[in-house]
Amino acid sequence: MQLTVWTYEGPPHVGAMRIATGMEGVHYVLHAPQGDTYADLLFTMIERRQKRPPVTYTTFQARDLGSDTANLFKSAVQDAYDRFQPQAILVGASCTAELIQDDPGGLAEALHLPVPIVALELPSYQKKENWGAAETFYRLVRTFAGPHALAPGAKRAPRAAERRPSCNLLGATALGFRHRDDGAEIIRLLASIGVDVNVAAPMGATPADLARLGDADFNVVLYPEIAGPSAKWLEKAFAQPCTKVVPIGVGATRDFIAEVGALANIDVSTMLDAEQSRLPWYSRSVDSTYLTGKRVFIFGDATHAVAAARIAAEELGFTVVAVGSYSREFARDIRDAAQKYGAEALITDDFLAVEQHIQALQPELVLGTQMERHIAKRLKIPCAVISAPVHVQDFPARYSPQMGFEGANVIFDTFVHPLMMGLEEHLLGMFRDEDGEFSDTAVPSHLAASGAAPILVMPQAVPSADAITLDWAPEAQKELGKIPFFVRGKARRNTEKFAAERGLPRITIETLYDAKAHFSR
Amino acid sequence: MIRERGQREVFCGLTGIVWLHRKIQDAFFLVVGSRTCAHLIQSAAGVMIFAEPRFATAIIDERDLAGLSDANAELDRIVAQLLERRPDIKLLFLVGSCPSEVIKLDLSRAALRLSRDHAPGVRILNYSGSGIETTFTQGEDACLASLVPEMAPEATDAAPSLLVVGALADVVEDQFKRLFAALGIGPVQFLPPRRAADLPAVGRKTTYILAQPFLGDTARALDDRGATRIDAPFPLGAEGTSLWFGAAAAAFGIDPAHVESVLAPARDRAMRPLSRYRLALKGKRIFFFPDSQLEVPLARFLSRELGMKLVEVGTPYLHREHLAADLALLPDDVVLSEGQDVEKQLDRCRAQNPDLVVCGLGLANPLEAEGLTTKWSIELVFTPIQGFEQAGDLAELFVRPLARRTKLVA
Repeated sequence: MQLTVWTYEGPPHVGAMRIATGMEGVHYVLHAPQGDTYADLLFTMIERRQKRPPVTYTTFQARDLGSDTANLFKSAVQDAYDRFQPQAILVGASCTAELIQDDPGGLAEALHLPVPIVALELPSYQKKENWGAAETFYRLVRTFAGPHALAPGAKRAPRAAERRPSCNLLGATALGFRHRDDGAEIIRLLASIGVDVNVAAPMGATPADLARLGDADFNVVLYPEIAGPSAKWLEKAFAQPCTKVVPIGVGATRDFIAEVGALANIDVSTMLDAEQSRLPWYSRSVDSTYLTGKRVFIFGDATHAVAAARIAAEELGFTVVAVGSYSREFARDIRDAAQKYGAEALITDDFLAVEQHIQALQPELVLGTQMERHIAKRLKIPCAVISAPVHVQDFPARYSPQMGFEGANVIFDTFVHPLMMGLEEHLLGMFRDEDGEFSDTAVPSHLAASGAAPILVMPQAVPSADAITLDWAPEAQKELGKIPFFVRGKARRNTEKFAAERGLPRITIETLYDAKAHFSR
Repeated sequence: MIRERGQREVFCGLTGIVWLHRKIQDAFFLVVGSRTCAHLIQSAAGVMIFAEPRFATAIIDERDLAGLSDANAELDRIVAQLLERRPDIKLLFLVGSCPSEVIKLDLSRAALRLSRDHAPGVRILNYSGSGIETTFTQGEDACLASLVPEMAPEATDAAPSLLVVGALADVVEDQFKRLFAALGIGPVQFLPPRRAADLPAVGRKTTYILAQPFLGDTARALDDRGATRIDAPFPLGAEGTSLWFGAAAAAFGIDPAHVESVLAPARDRAMRPLSRYRLALKGKRIFFFPDSQLEVPLARFLSRELGMKLVEVGTPYLHREHLAADLALLPDDVVLSEGQDVEKQLDRCRAQNPDLVVCGLGLANPLEAEGLTTKWSIELVFTPIQGFEQAGDLAELFVRPLARRTKLVA
């Protein structure tokens, strides 16, 4: 057993859901107890999807245990097929159903549905979310592209001279950190160097699209955690080479372009000569001098952590003090990156260990996931988010890729803003004690002429005409303290206004609630 | 009355931890389960998890599945590690999950063993929050039921006392305390208490009143200890709260004239905002998907005090005895549904095209995208809604999505 406060990754069936939800025409029937439907709201709330994930759960309960669960599963598959008419059905078990050992694959096959059934074996007690996503995508790719595979040992026919080179874009899923915009950015980048995208998958693809994967000349692996096994298999089955560089950061994007040029056998030198990102100039401008040597702690999935380390060290001039990841499968990449930048490597999925590490190293900037954001907040260290898991604010409405040249612009802003804000706050704090203009008791300069009262940090200390005559009974004061802090000020103002209007000399609990009743819309 | 079985789009009882750990301030909740359980709680708890949470998960791995004796030793190690880290904890709940129940890990025995090992500083109890046994708020029921055997027997010369059962926001609890004092009812105690050491005593002189509708097992456990339940509608809205306090006062033989003099000002105050919200909600048609078992009393409040029309009132489980008073106040033609087949229920909902749909977060945005207006239900469990002073807030929760829909131009 492992004591866990926070988990960086969900169980593997959530990874499978990310594939099913990203794709079109696939339905996933999950043998799972009541309650596992919680995972739906990751998609409907965090990613704000407008449709329910294409997942049917058996939601068995204690009374169903025994012989009934297998039938429950079969009828769930049949109902899901009848209702949604998918092109393919994924079937599998969540952690509890894995223990009761019904056989989802066999049970679904026995129904003889007219669409392919893809049975998933996702060992919940060993593996995690990203592994589940990678395995699911791999199973789907094999099922649909497999029948078109080249004969063993056969070579790909060379690309016809008149045809533009094409590639598949592999790895973007539902609930992926900036996957939506990364996909768009890389499609645009490839188009600009004359490469077409044959299939982008799993996000947006249908099973029929997967069957066409072999038509491309090579594969672009956007997220190795998810597309790695599929790309490896495609390499074997279709002799399609794949990219190794993930284009996050200016340097990596340039390396990526060179790599694509080699794979597509086209000249990309004009593309490499043109400066396409503002990051290099912004980073060279004198305003950025203070960034030099800032000590930065990096943690996330392996792909984003390694990319962030390169940007931090080579493009922003930070000092990387640690590179860490919860992706154990990529421990070697993390160690290599750490060694390259003379930093510590940290491979762990234990949130408390990451916290201790940050505390011990006392960096000036933390680049991490949602969890590191909160650790940094507690330790009062500036922080930016570079990797999943992330919360709703990191599925933004605006265009915000991480990849490509626009991604580099986004990253520059994202990494530097918290430092600027941190600096601003620090300066204000420093001057508050010594400099009259910044002190709590100072009148805002633009209001001085009007004779305005100073804005104090503690709102209850605001002197006003009413406050002199109004008297808060101690128990009313206490009751006010129970109101959440973000509406407390409003409640106090309303109550005092209410009391003043009625000429009440003393505010009691009754007054507080009378005022609340009065002002509620 | 519709009774359905099929896919249920509901939370499991583990979710109760998210509010229970805020209520009992020196208790810790250790789920014994899988990564899914940990992921569920962290998804449900949102950002709350970072304020040094008093809950965690002991994640079972493949080595634990190999042999049960091993799992017990592992659990002992984890509990020791946890208590060392958190010496302020006085009460530790081992919370059962689907995986721990399916592998038949005996957590009640583990709780006894660990209580012995860590006595007298820490008491260790056990209950199940698994999805196979419990739906959402039933996790609180299971937790409170596990506390009942821990309550001391009342003294032989004890005066009649009142026990209010069900976790309420502190601000609501304090309002209720003041009203009971004004009515002349006392001593009054609350289950769960704010601190583990303040667990009230129980016995034949104890009369209890439920503040929440989902406490079937807890009520049964209190009955077994000799306590007597007061039957009342649940304290939602001006009417519901009046009837609830009225029932308690009647059980304590308080003069009805005195009761009226105490309740009238608070009730009148509660009705002022309600009369305004009634303008916005009157005649609007509302559909409830099952979630918390609060649906029936909420439907009663919305139909009687705000004039809403009930299209369908879904509940995960209907405790007919505890909800008798609320059911009696519902309109005669109400469509109740117990259990769920979510796809069929969605079909009914779309066909009815209600003005407002109360549902979970997995359904809310998809239904909004289809053009329906929704009120997500979990907020009704986390927000203070009981009592006179919150009646307006409760109504406003239903007004807001409708008002928003009319405000947005694009």
